[in-house]
This record gives sequence, C-alpha cells and structure tokens, in this order.
Amino acid sequence: MSTSFWSFANPNKFMRLSGALLPFTAVIAAALIVVGLFWSLFATPSAELHGQGVKMLFVHVPAAFFSINVYGMMVVASLIGLVRSHPVSHLAAKSAAPIGAAFTLLAIVTGALWGMPGWGSYWEWDARLTSILILLFFYLGYIALWNAIEDPVKAADLAAILCLVGSIFAFLARYASLLFPTLHQGSSLSVDADTNVDNSFYYPLLVMMVGYFFVFVTLLLVSVRTEIRARRVRALRLAER
Amino acid sequence: MTSIFWRDLALAFRIGGGAGQALVFFLLAVTLLAFGTGGEPDVLRSVAPGALWVFALLSCLLSLDRLFQADVEDGSMDGLMLASTPLEAVVLAKAAAHWVTTGLPMILAAPILAALLNLEPAAYGMLILSLAIGTPALSLIGAIGAALTASVRRGGMLLSLLVLPLYIPTLVAGAMAVRASAAGFEAWPYLGMLSAITLGCAALAPFASAAALRITLS
Repeated sequence: MSTSFWSFANPNKFMRLSGALLPFTAVIAAALIVVGLFWSLFATPSAELHGQGVKMLFVHVPAAFFSINVYGMMVVASLIGLVRSHPVSHLAAKSAAPIGAAFTLLAIVTGALWGMPGWGSYWEWDARLTSILILLFFYLGYIALWNAIEDPVKAADLAAILCLVGSIFAFLARYASLLFPTLHQGSSLSVDADTNVDNSFYYPLLVMMVGYFFVFVTLLLVSVRTEIRARRVRALRLAER
Repeated sequence: MTSIFWRDLALAFRIGGGAGQALVFFLLAVTLLAFGTGGEPDVLRSVAPGALWVFALLSCLLSLDRLFQADVEDGSMDGLMLASTPLEAVVLAKAAAHWVTTGLPMILAAPILAALLNLEPAAYGMLILSLAIGTPALSLIGAIGAALTASVRRGGMLLSLLVLPLYIPTLVAGAMAVRASAAGFEAWPYLGMLSAITLGCAALAPFASAAALRITLS
C-alpha cells in the first residue's frame, strides 16, 4: 500500500491516521498550554512600561501569529482541493476557518484590552490592526459562503475560489493599510533581530506559540473528522430515501 | 461579446430604470450623510472624499446580485456556456454593461454631489479621474462575488459580505487620491495604484468569475 501524501484523499485512510494521532496532539496541546500559561502568568517579571499588562503578550502574540498563518494554510488546502479534487483537503480548509476566525477575534480582543493601558485607546486605524480586522471579514465571508450553498461539492469548490481570490486582496489590503499612520510596534520575534523581547519573555512565549500550534492541530483534526462523519450520515440519509 | 453587452444594457434600461436607481441611491446617501452630520460645511468638507468613494462602492453593490443570477435561473447562462464565445469574455461583457449602468452615471453625477458635500474645488478633477479609473475595478471584483453567489437565493447580504472586503484596496487608493489632491499634495502615486488594481482585475477577475460560474452550472 502506498503511503504518499495524496493517499489521504481517501477519507478512510485519513480517519485511521487522524484517530491515532489525535490523543497525542490533544495531550501535548493541553500540557503546553498549561505549562505556558503558568510560566507566563506567574513566573515572568512585569515589564518596565507595561506593568502587569505585559502578560497579555503571551495570549495576544500567538493568536495574531496564527490568525494569519491559518489563512495561509487554508489557501494551500483550497488550492490542493481545487486542483486535485481532494475532498479531505477541502474539508481541512473548511474546518480551519472557524478556528482561524477565533484566533483572529482573540488577537483583536486581547489587543484592544492591551491597547487601553498601553496606548490610551482600545482601537486605532493603523496598518496592523486594520489588516487583521480585514482578515476577520475574510474568514466570516468564507464561512458564510460554505453555509449558503447546499451542494457540498459545489460549496467546496466555490469557497476555495473565494479563499484564493481573498488571499490576493488580503495581501493588497495589508499593503494599502500601510498608508495609515501606525502605533503598533514592529515585529519582536524575528530569529536574528536586535529588537527581540528579553529571554525571560521569549521562552514562555515560545512555549505558548507551540502550544497554540498543537491546539490548532487538535481542533482541526476533531473538526475534519466530524465533517467526514457528517458527510457519511448525509450519504446514508440520501441512500435511504 | 458585443451582443451580450448590448443585451445586458437593454435589459437594465427596460427593467428597473437601469442607471437611474443607482444614481438616486447615490444622491440619497449623500443627503442622509448631510442630515446625519448636521450639515456643517467644514465637517462635510473633511469627510467628502472618503464618503463619495464609499457611496460609489455601495451603489455599485446594489445591482450586483442580479448580474448572473437572473441568467442562471432562466437558463440563458446554460446557452451562453455552450456558445463559442469563451465564458471569460461573457463575464467581461456583463461586467462592462454593469459598469455602464452604475459606474458611468456616478462619474457624471460626481461633481454635483461633490458640490453638495462642499468638496475642496481643487479636488474635483481628481474625484472624476479616480472614479473613472477605479469604478471598472468595482464592477469586475463584484462579478467574482456575483458568480460565487449566483445559485444562492436571497444572496444579497452574503454578496456584500464577500465583496465589500475585496473593495478595500480600491477604496483606499481612490479616496487617498482625492484626499491628497484636496490637501494640495501629489495624487499620482495613488492614481497609479488605482490603475494597477483596475488593470489587474480586468486581467484576472474574468477567470475567477468564469471558474465559479462553471462550478455553479456543472
């Protein structure tokens, strides 16, 4: 039996592998989040300018990071789904959307709560904030299109087209919003930059980042498995008629 | 292709007054803005460039939901798919007809509405120029959304949810061009961005819409 990546287009094979992986990713996710939260909330110093507000960093930064990267994953999954008529890939994109939207919302809410003590306002129309808000709209539109079309095969292909078109415009909007004045600081997590945060923040943040990744993988697997089962139920119901 | 263009134009003019409705909506929106903000000339002057562009977006959105839906429902789209004209060209012709009934009248009416909103006199030329360059992009991007939702009944709300975020880059470039020239700055960089968006959309949007229509009708 071949074990190429493409063989997971077969839902049965995907179900077997994901069922075996799921307990591990779930345990790793829970462990990393618990360790990361305790470390970041109780074992880090409070920052000079932010006071205790800096603790927001550990929830905000990974959420913002994954809000963008989950959309990137959806673009890849949609492209594979569209080009290779890969049903599991379509379902992966569909399942990733609500999780990505939740990360985006989390990033916006924690950012707003952090912005009030930090900048003195909950919201500013600056480049980074605006582009993440636009990203939220793209997620919501994508989810709405899936829900609006009854035939799941057509819905998958149409939503994939929307996702690809959206990625181009999200990119454009990102650069268009650079025309606005900015309050948000630049990136502070590059591998080599001098502007990185101090190590006492860096390591717990890294734990949280990896923890978020496993949370995403776990939720994604659960959701794709649910979608596959829902589709089987639908097929059975149609067959009964 | 030209016959599809004229057919759509004739349909638009005979059914719902065509160009008139989007224009009246544009005028009403401006009036509502004046009422909502209390009609202060200074307030209106500062929001005029952005407001005119936003209203242009919204009135373009109004007639978008029937762009393909009517033809999908009565089966003429199946005929158009079988025709020797490629579907991409059909999309382009329909988007052009949509632009003539919504974008073009807005460009012609823009100076009057700009006067109502007390726009800086220096920016009149740029407003017309930016609308002339930017509104074709609105019809083309809208065609993608209309194709995606062609099979959805009561898809108007969904359509605006899909299309409005896609309009953001066009809006930013267009409104910035008008604001820059109202403030006495150089507006050409923004106009360049706007032309890039329109040309990019003209090149790519027909393919995305046609792909979506093929899926819908398959």
